[in-house]
Amino acid sequence: MKTQLTHIPGKPRIKAPGAPEVRVKILNAESVAEIQKQMVRFPIRRSAILPAITVANRQLGYLSAEVYEEISEITEIPVSQIAEAASFYTLFPKKPRGKYLIMVCDNISCALCGADAMIKYLEMKLGIKRGETTEDNLFTLGTAECLAGCSAAPMMQVNDRYYENLTPAKVDKLLEELKSKE
Amino acid sequence: MAEYKLLFRNIDEPDQHTVKGYESRRGYIAWRKALTSMKPDEVIAEVKTSGLRGRGGAGFPTGVKWSFVPKDSPKPRYLICNADESEPGTCKDRVLLERDPHAMIEGMAIGSFAIGSHLAFVYIRGEFDYSIAIVEKAVEDAYKAGHLGKNIYGTGYDLEMIVYTGGGAYICGEETALINSLAGERGMSSMRPPFPAIEGLYGCPTIVNNVETLACVPHIINRGGEWHKKIGTEKSPGTKLFSLTGHVNRPGNYEVELGTPLSYLINELGGGIKDGNKLKAVIPGGASCPFLSADQVDTPLDFEAMAEAGSMLGSGAVIVMDERTDIAWVTYKLIKFFKHESCGKCTPCREGTKWLTMMIERILRGDGKEGDLDKIADVCDNILGRTICPLGDAAVMPIISVLQKFRGDFEKHIKGKKKIEMEQFSFA
Repeated sequence: MKTQLTHIPGKPRIKAPGAPEVRVKILNAESVAEIQKQMVRFPIRRSAILPAITVANRQLGYLSAEVYEEISEITEIPVSQIAEAASFYTLFPKKPRGKYLIMVCDNISCALCGADAMIKYLEMKLGIKRGETTEDNLFTLGTAECLAGCSAAPMMQVNDRYYENLTPAKVDKLLEELKSKE
Repeated sequence: MAEYKLLFRNIDEPDQHTVKGYESRRGYIAWRKALTSMKPDEVIAEVKTSGLRGRGGAGFPTGVKWSFVPKDSPKPRYLICNADESEPGTCKDRVLLERDPHAMIEGMAIGSFAIGSHLAFVYIRGEFDYSIAIVEKAVEDAYKAGHLGKNIYGTGYDLEMIVYTGGGAYICGEETALINSLAGERGMSSMRPPFPAIEGLYGCPTIVNNVETLACVPHIINRGGEWHKKIGTEKSPGTKLFSLTGHVNRPGNYEVELGTPLSYLINELGGGIKDGNKLKAVIPGGASCPFLSADQVDTPLDFEAMAEAGSMLGSGAVIVMDERTDIAWVTYKLIKFFKHESCGKCTPCREGTKWLTMMIERILRGDGKEGDLDKIADVCDNILGRTICPLGDAAVMPIISVLQKFRGDFEKHIKGKKKIEMEQFSFA
């Protein structure tokens, strides 16, 4: 899709003389290509920050200062602007997490339908507290604020999928399924 | 007044999310009509006549908002569809995004034409992976079918559309924060005026409308503003989607005519309170709205009647609580949400929500003191009306209402040292 209408190229980053070259090492070729594609979609380049960090997060599962440097290298957007935006949003974890990120909504509508009990059940099943990762690095358990699944409460998000109308039996089945994939 | 399916008329059709399915049910006729036979001013006039009011929470008249865009400005204009649905209890826009995305796209196209925009954005919250995929596909298909792109329907009008995904921040549902987020900055709200219609995205005139609002627009263009005005009440015309959640037998999304009594939604459509319990309280419009007590359950669901009852229609998230619910605990759930989502720009909101959370948590732990409730009321008073955006107000308005209506629930904890087992909640 071509959406370049009033593209004003951003100013290239000025490197101090003798500053070391940052080479892209962490991000793979696919992510780099995707970020480059995002760069020309918007009237101003800075709008590509959020899409770029989303791409990086999809590949790595979390962000770090090194990743900001690399995005900056690719997009020529100052690294401060990238870090500034990335640190604001909850969807971009700053430390590694398990393969499956389980986010259980514990906001009002879900809470009224037993979300707290569901979180406790998951803590017991996985043997971890919320905010922790299992030893095999498979599951990270967390709570989320409203995920707009309120009419099918309680609900949770596991990576990119929603699981609604949760019951202990459904949770058991899902955990078994995910474990058996390993 | 009862259930009225306008936006939800076709959502159960399995192919409604495809461009073919949508076209087969009179889809894109309004867009073609607007573009080929109407002037932008006529479109705005029609929407003004319809009396359509924003469905995101504030209820501002859509046609009036559109007319604020300066006609003589040499700058490009932008239209943004606010699909950052994250008001606790609200799950209506997600249904539209997943099952009828073209209605929103058509509404956006008509809106863009009305304000003279050639670039429109759909700002979707980042958690909606499935919805994002559906909407991206829908936009792509709309391009292929000639509803978007260059020289649409041979009129010479160009319109591009970009699907933009957010990073998980409630505040980005507020229009100035959304605009800042889209510009690659932190999603913090800005002072108004200047209003986005004058100076918004990239400093250019920008209109931000909710998904549901835009989905209403094709119907108005097809059948006329006068027709739309006849639905609902005089000052709140049209239908509205309500997300019915909490202690009801049939939670779900329902579309009713504005002005329908709240009790009809809860009892007739929702099948009444779960387990035959009695009703204790209702939040009629999402976590930012003051509570209604059980005796107010016959209040009509429209902007005026809700304001008169001391609450708001908000985003249409009806959260039902039965007699066993501890309102103090509910209040804690609400305030911890606002503490988490405060962007931190204004001191009263940033510090106030934190202190409110800590105080209410302490009360729930059984360590409440005499005078705590007055202190909570005092903090609320120092936030209300003292922040740039409505998040501060949204955080304290429910608390102010529960202190009036359900004070006993707090006193039980303070006087009786009633304890609730508290969990560590934060995880970022």
